[in-house]
Amino acid sequence: MTAGCGLRPRPHRVVGRRRLAGDVVSLELEPLEGEPLAFRAGQFNMLTAFGVGEVAISISSAPGEGSTLHHTVRDVGAVSHALTASRVGSLVGVRGAFGTDWGVDALEAEDVVVVAGGIGLAPLRGAIEQLVSSRTRRRRREGAPEAPHPGEHHPPREAREHHSTQPRPPHLHLSVLVGARRPDQLIFEDDLERWREAGAEVEVTVDLATPGWEGGVGVVTALVPRITACEPDRSVAFVCGPELMMRFSARALLDWGMDPERIFVSLERNMQCGCGICGHCQLGPLLLCRDGPVVRYDRTVASLLQERER
Amino acid sequence: MGASSPWKAQHIAGAPNDTAPARTDAADATVLDVEGLVTLLEVLARRGYRVLGPRVRDGAIVHGELSSVADLPRGWHDAQSPGSYRIEHTDDEAFFAWAVGPSSPKREVFPARSVAWRGRVSEGEVAFEDGDAASEQRPTALVGARPCEAAALGVLDRVLGDRGAGDPHFLKRREGAFLVVVECATPSGTCFCDSMGTGPAAGNGFDLALTELAGDGGGHRFLARAGSEIGAEVLSCLPGRPADEADRAARTALLERARTSMGRVLDTAGLPALLARNVEHPRFDEVAERCLACGNCTLVCPTCFCSTVEDASDVAGVLERRRSWSSCFDLAHSYLHGGPVRASTMSRYRQWMTHKLSTWWDQFETSGCVGCGRCITWCPVGIDITEEAAAIRRSDGARRGRRGGR
Repeated sequence: MTAGCGLRPRPHRVVGRRRLAGDVVSLELEPLEGEPLAFRAGQFNMLTAFGVGEVAISISSAPGEGSTLHHTVRDVGAVSHALTASRVGSLVGVRGAFGTDWGVDALEAEDVVVVAGGIGLAPLRGAIEQLVSSRTRRRRREGAPEAPHPGEHHPPREAREHHSTQPRPPHLHLSVLVGARRPDQLIFEDDLERWREAGAEVEVTVDLATPGWEGGVGVVTALVPRITACEPDRSVAFVCGPELMMRFSARALLDWGMDPERIFVSLERNMQCGCGICGHCQLGPLLLCRDGPVVRYDRTVASLLQERER
Repeated sequence: MGASSPWKAQHIAGAPNDTAPARTDAADATVLDVEGLVTLLEVLARRGYRVLGPRVRDGAIVHGELSSVADLPRGWHDAQSPGSYRIEHTDDEAFFAWAVGPSSPKREVFPARSVAWRGRVSEGEVAFEDGDAASEQRPTALVGARPCEAAALGVLDRVLGDRGAGDPHFLKRREGAFLVVVECATPSGTCFCDSMGTGPAAGNGFDLALTELAGDGGGHRFLARAGSEIGAEVLSCLPGRPADEADRAARTALLERARTSMGRVLDTAGLPALLARNVEHPRFDEVAERCLACGNCTLVCPTCFCSTVEDASDVAGVLERRRSWSSCFDLAHSYLHGGPVRASTMSRYRQWMTHKLSTWWDQFETSGCVGCGRCITWCPVGIDITEEAAAIRRSDGARRGRRGGR
């Protein structure tokens, strides 16, 4: 399911805007007319700042999570600047959804490890949201005995009082490992807390701690061997972040015992159409807007990420 | 026309190769004389086409509007070699005794610059107007395209046409067009269509195919074959006679001469895999020493399809989304926040060459190269893709040192 090459964007209205970090803004979009755009977690849209230009931005809401579309944009260029500066009520053009998705709908009982670096959490958020809500529902329906909370093996560094007072959440077999450069660059912090409360194992680390930070310090890959909620031979992994971080994360997941076929990464290249006609997202044999952004970390992809300047 | 055009059939069925098998024989050809060619142009114009064809302009044979056969490059020949293109006039009576010029039919179905849409944002809504393609009322008839160029259009059908779901502007321009291919009698010093299986005979992807015969004692004439219903309809309007054995033998001899006079050869055996396993070959560093990264090869290539999208607005508030050809040799092509992914000339040449001959297969199940030789001729320093591929084949498995490219 990927949209065709209709070259005109559908006008959407900005109905919500939230600054998540210094240069990261989350926009909530509603179509001026017609049905909300259909998509799957991991896909992206081409967003138009009218009069400025169009860029590829991942969707950070989950399918079925309300009637609006969430896009989380980092201010790095002219178009992303205009998007992050747009106000509630203004118009943004949307074309999509494009590309491959995380395949959450096809998952059954697999454990899921999510590794996110920086704004790499944005294209993963919808998948996590979908897993948390569907697995919570399933656990409730099945009335399954609650599995040991991941925290029992590996207590979160931030002690949380409510853990002792509230009933234990269901075990979701979901580990979310999040890394950021600095604490003030962490995004979706309230979501992280909510997922943790719902029974996901959520671990957060920063490269550089600042005063007041009580969490972990270090690279996100160091969290992989300490996963307790998932077993390597039962897991699939979703990884998104800077390319170097994805390479090292994939290596850590392999060392942890995962099969490369079950590791998925979301790659990024210059994209000017989203639908396979502009040619900018070439990556070796892949036309990334069409064959990606989510690709299996197989031998081809591993070598593409290792060769210089591919 | 629509349904009966072979072009349309191609992108609905998926590809040049999965329509009817290529027919290169001329069993039921019609013979036209020069008067027949004159009538052909008239019939096309009468049917409402904007008739384009080869003309001499600025020292080259390029496509332009044709008002009559007098506009065709009669008597002109071209001489091409790496980095060199010259035309010269002789008293030859042939209209099509040259190979290919710098312009290809690509620009008729995918213009170098176009407007995707215009719009105006006001009072909380966006009013869109059509882009260029929708306002082009007259379909194009292109006379004198080469078999390699028909093959290149088939490649673009796969890339931009995406089996009918691709670029809507490309599809509109493509569907309405009428293609008259003229088989190649005089390949140039940089031609290698025979290696790529795209010429010198016309296989498919045309409405009409002509073979120009002269100097064999049978008079100046054209063997004409229809490749589509509309092509047959047009052919039936032209004064001609059925081809006889002598006509067919003259065509066979002409094509055989053309086949053996290709200026270049490209060994395609296992080529996609050869390049895929040699991305770290030192030859890429060597070619980067010569390559100027000017992008000429991508501009003259009949299959290069990259485009850049830019938005503009004027003081009256009218927005425009513009598309223009772009090149993988341009630093901006691979720009990602922070800088280009392919900064070195080595990596940009490697991207272009391995895409054409190897990864194009992965992406579109066809070669990205049709063997027209333009990239060799129009390279200011004469880099020859066939020679680069051969050099890599000669030292298959060699690896670049750690020093990296530039």
